[in-house]
Amino acid sequence: MSIDIESIRKDFPILEQTVHGKPLAYFDNAATTQKPTQVIDAISEVYTTYNSNIHRGVHHLSNVCTQAYEDARVKVQKFINAGNSHEVIFTRGTTEAINLLATSFGESFLKKGDEIIVSQLEHHSNIVPWQLLEKSKGIVIKVIPINENGELILEEYDKLLSEKTKLVAVAHISNALGTINPIKTIIDKAHALSVPVMIDGAQAVQHVAVDVQALDCDFYVFSGHKLYGPTGIGALFGKEEWLNKMEPYHGGGEMIKTVSFSGTTFNELPFKFEAGTPDYSGAIGLGAAIDYVQNIGLDVIAAYEHELLEYATEQLKQVPNIKFYGTAKEKASVISFMVNNIHPFDMGTLLDKMGLAVRTGHHCAQPLMEHYQIPGTVRASFAIYNTKEEIDRLVEGIKRVSLLFA
Amino acid sequence: MTIKEIQEEIIEEFGAFDDWMDKYSYLIEIGNDLEGFEEEYRLSNNLIEGCQSQVWLHAELKDGKIQYMADSDAIIVKGIVALLVRVLNDRTPDEILDNELYFVEQIGLKEHLSPTRSNGLVAMIKQMRIYALAFKAKQES
Repeated sequence: MSIDIESIRKDFPILEQTVHGKPLAYFDNAATTQKPTQVIDAISEVYTTYNSNIHRGVHHLSNVCTQAYEDARVKVQKFINAGNSHEVIFTRGTTEAINLLATSFGESFLKKGDEIIVSQLEHHSNIVPWQLLEKSKGIVIKVIPINENGELILEEYDKLLSEKTKLVAVAHISNALGTINPIKTIIDKAHALSVPVMIDGAQAVQHVAVDVQALDCDFYVFSGHKLYGPTGIGALFGKEEWLNKMEPYHGGGEMIKTVSFSGTTFNELPFKFEAGTPDYSGAIGLGAAIDYVQNIGLDVIAAYEHELLEYATEQLKQVPNIKFYGTAKEKASVISFMVNNIHPFDMGTLLDKMGLAVRTGHHCAQPLMEHYQIPGTVRASFAIYNTKEEIDRLVEGIKRVSLLFA
Repeated sequence: MTIKEIQEEIIEEFGAFDDWMDKYSYLIEIGNDLEGFEEEYRLSNNLIEGCQSQVWLHAELKDGKIQYMADSDAIIVKGIVALLVRVLNDRTPDEILDNELYFVEQIGLKEHLSPTRSNGLVAMIKQMRIYALAFKAKQES
């Protein structure tokens, strides 16, 4: 199916601007994507027409707002094909979702000496929450290593899995390298030992269709803002049987059934994990973002982004002395590289002068940079609104910067 | 030359550049030319760690004047470091403390001193002044 990029670009007002006098070419989509008018309007509509605190309200606006919030939950449920909408917990994003899981799962199921398996590719958000448990509970973190291409070494994963393993927590797609991990295999191997698995989908849901039932993952987390939605909203999917057994994360309103000083009873799912007034405008915005990508079709998006990735990789290969980091067979539209050992900060600063927005640095994946023994990389990550012409400008820009350092 | 005069000199030099390419080429050039950081001072307590780039700064007092030695792993940052050293090196603590640094803004590189750039430069300038304060206190004691 063909795709009308010109009309898609018109949905994103931010792309129309110039930066330092040059048209903006935005290649920092793995950090956050831009927002289409449809999402901006949905949020604006909340505040202009039906804003009201949700749940338990008896008046009209509260009912409308509650309905919109719960509709958004169903959109998330269908988007990842969860069995039940109450298995979808709204969070502030991926980071909070993982912290929720670490805290509540940790409180309920983990004790000294228990092991959690992560990978060398993880974002700090899927490392540090577990390290906090290492400190507080004495659990042990095991790390799946990667090969030269930036792919997980599954034989090593097999060796790490044992009766001590209590949870496997790995990224669906690496934010720094773009590697798509074989999560189905990872999940099946863990399940063979009855070990639950959490998948960090922050870099995945905007690029590939996710079906949590087909994957049979126990937990799946993602953020709205990398999926063309607003910041400050994300979701934790958890299988009902696990969520029911887990202690609450935060205490407060909404998450309780009855409160008394002699004892408090907690609300049922999903509210048990949503203390306080939730970010309902964010959730509704996320729902609009899901509608937006589903209207285009994730298969169409994936095919187009793959085309951009292949084109960019081919073109960038022409740059003398470029070194790519992450050359996995299965890759999302992320390219991490260094040219001639030019420091990523210098490259990023000069590309910015040409209106080219890339990310530089360690990409919140310092253990991965340590593996490659580099301070960081330059990362270009593509989204649905990027074009081959923009990629040509990027390649030209990189060549120009290289000449400055020659 | 006074600190003010050197700043004026730098502003004049940069005034000759019409576009950003020339300006940054020059920064890269002076960054590459900055020498003299002795490896024995590449210590963790001389390291100013930014999220994006790192700066090393060492200072000592010789005949009442501060000698700065600095380096960075990013060349553009190193170029700005070289300018800061050129302005503040071999000065008394009082000269450093009494003068405002305004040339960075005047030559259009203020964005690099924004705390959000996390390149270590803001912390470096602060550290240069802290050294001046410390040496001044030492002289007076």
